[in-house]
Amino acid sequence: MKNLKQSLAVSLWFIFLTFPLMVVKVNTSDKIVQWRWMNILWVGLAIFLLSFVWRHALARKEARQMAAQSGQDDLNKPTRIQAMLEDQKLRTRAMFALLIVALAFPWVFDTYQSTIMISALIYVVLGLGLNITVGLAGLLDLGYVAFFAVGAYSYALLNHHFGLGFWTVLPVGGILSCLFGVILGFPILRLRGDYLAIVTLGFGMIIKVVLENWSDFSFGPSGIANIDKPSLFGLKMDIAASTTYIYYIMIALVILTVIVTGRLKNSRIGRAWIALREDEIACVAMGIDMARTKLSAYALGAFWAGMVGVMFAAKTTFINPASFTFMESAIILSIVVLGGMGSILGVILGAMILILMPEYLRAFSEYRMIIFGAAMVLMMIFRPQGIISNVRQKYQFKGLKEKTENV
Amino acid sequence: MLRLQNIQTYYGNIQALKDVTIDIEEGEIVTLIGANGAGKTTTLMSICGITPPRKGEIAFKGSRIHQLKPESIVQLGICQVPEGRRIFPGMTVLENLDMGAFLRKDKAAIKTDLDMVFDLFPILDQRRSQLGGTLSGGEQQMLAISRALMARPRLLLLDEPSLGLAPLIIQQIFEIIKKINEESGTTIFLVEQNANQALKLAHRGYVMENGRITLVDKASVLLENDAVKKAYLGL
Repeated sequence: MKNLKQSLAVSLWFIFLTFPLMVVKVNTSDKIVQWRWMNILWVGLAIFLLSFVWRHALARKEARQMAAQSGQDDLNKPTRIQAMLEDQKLRTRAMFALLIVALAFPWVFDTYQSTIMISALIYVVLGLGLNITVGLAGLLDLGYVAFFAVGAYSYALLNHHFGLGFWTVLPVGGILSCLFGVILGFPILRLRGDYLAIVTLGFGMIIKVVLENWSDFSFGPSGIANIDKPSLFGLKMDIAASTTYIYYIMIALVILTVIVTGRLKNSRIGRAWIALREDEIACVAMGIDMARTKLSAYALGAFWAGMVGVMFAAKTTFINPASFTFMESAIILSIVVLGGMGSILGVILGAMILILMPEYLRAFSEYRMIIFGAAMVLMMIFRPQGIISNVRQKYQFKGLKEKTENV
Repeated sequence: MLRLQNIQTYYGNIQALKDVTIDIEEGEIVTLIGANGAGKTTTLMSICGITPPRKGEIAFKGSRIHQLKPESIVQLGICQVPEGRRIFPGMTVLENLDMGAFLRKDKAAIKTDLDMVFDLFPILDQRRSQLGGTLSGGEQQMLAISRALMARPRLLLLDEPSLGLAPLIIQQIFEIIKKINEESGTTIFLVEQNANQALKLAHRGYVMENGRITLVDKASVLLENDAVKKAYLGL
């Protein structure tokens, strides 16, 4: 009832605020004022509904928190999705089905769809890479796209000057990116929080500015064209075949990334990263080598961006600095945050949503950023842990005495 | 076992420790008491290599350690329970304990140590799959001590384990510290503001004021010392 009253007040206030915009319309050519009274109704109704839903959702969230605090509802209890993920049998089946769909995709849909899918997959790998730095180690990186650029330019330049092929440069791009990750890592070992964010942001900017202005090296803003597409034993391929080929390489790369990052997450170094995110001082007290842990988080995160950067250059056959703006970093970061920090499945889903949605909703392209922003705000309020929150492997010590009952 | 000789530690230009000399023998419980800002925590941090001393020498079992990195010092068997507990809030009790054994690779021994820790703190056994951040203050302190024990330290450094805990819990924790010392022979260096309790527990005590050691004696003697009584025991 209180909600209804408040919503009514809000809608009246909005009617008043938007009155000059929505109701009054001055027709200058005919010199008359049009009164569009119907609009009052629409504004009022829309705002009333929005406000009511909003209040209701907030109230529900609070009620749930209260229940959790009084111990009635366990917040740590796995959600339905998490429970489903724990189910091994279901998981293998779902993976299998997903693989078949992924493999059949280019044969079912046309080249345009495949191209869109390739760019989504590129962002999946980027998201998974950034997930190591941000999601696991908790080191905010606002200049992640710089590593992507390093990969892309290493392929473009090596191909342009020395004619090196895609497969040769793929690991080289990754390793070069790794190196840049370490270079970025060293000066910021001691930084935390806001300062870390600023320096990484600056690093991203520096790379872009260098690429734009050092024309002798990177051909400046005009970029590099005619980059070779990936080869397959010297076969000549038309555009459709080549797209399909790139699509399959991308699928393989995604699978590789998922496996490697998944293994990393549950490894010794993965645990060190998570501990680092939780508490730095405790980390040092436990004898974790801080410098090595931080550097490895940057380097291994950057590695994937480099690899996929090579892929990006090979796919588009043309790159210039405009592809590596801060906006890209922001989108990759959003993928990680929206999907769920530290969660591999979440990041994949996040990338799919954030990259595919704008493609299929071209009709709304003008409102893209508004919708995007609103979605982010809603997300942070109602589901701050992301779409699919991280399910960590629980450590089981086999052979440990169970003696909870005698206490 | 551990010998700090005339160490001087700085934070930037500010000198926090002025010629601190401390000796800890094997098997002892030694306490360092002092007021806020006396330099107690800095002393611990200097031992651990987190804020290495600019001058002076720290020797552990005869070898100098003050130039080593923190992780190498932990490897030697010096482990600290940091001030304010600093457990990993998003990890379960078991995972926290596992992080304590981060530098160890002997899985079988880690398991027996886990059992040992759960024997010492039965409450942690009950809470083993609960997130660290949801534990009560006392339980967190127990977890922090257990986590340090998982590294199998020869020398355990405790930084204000009584901080923010109820008197009954403090009693309990101090008893367990005594038990750790007696049963496994672990040497303990206890930094405390709760001078009364600390001196009752320890064999020897150091009193610190403004970055200097002002008194050294047997704990029982310090408890009777007039200056100490007046300044720290409120008598």
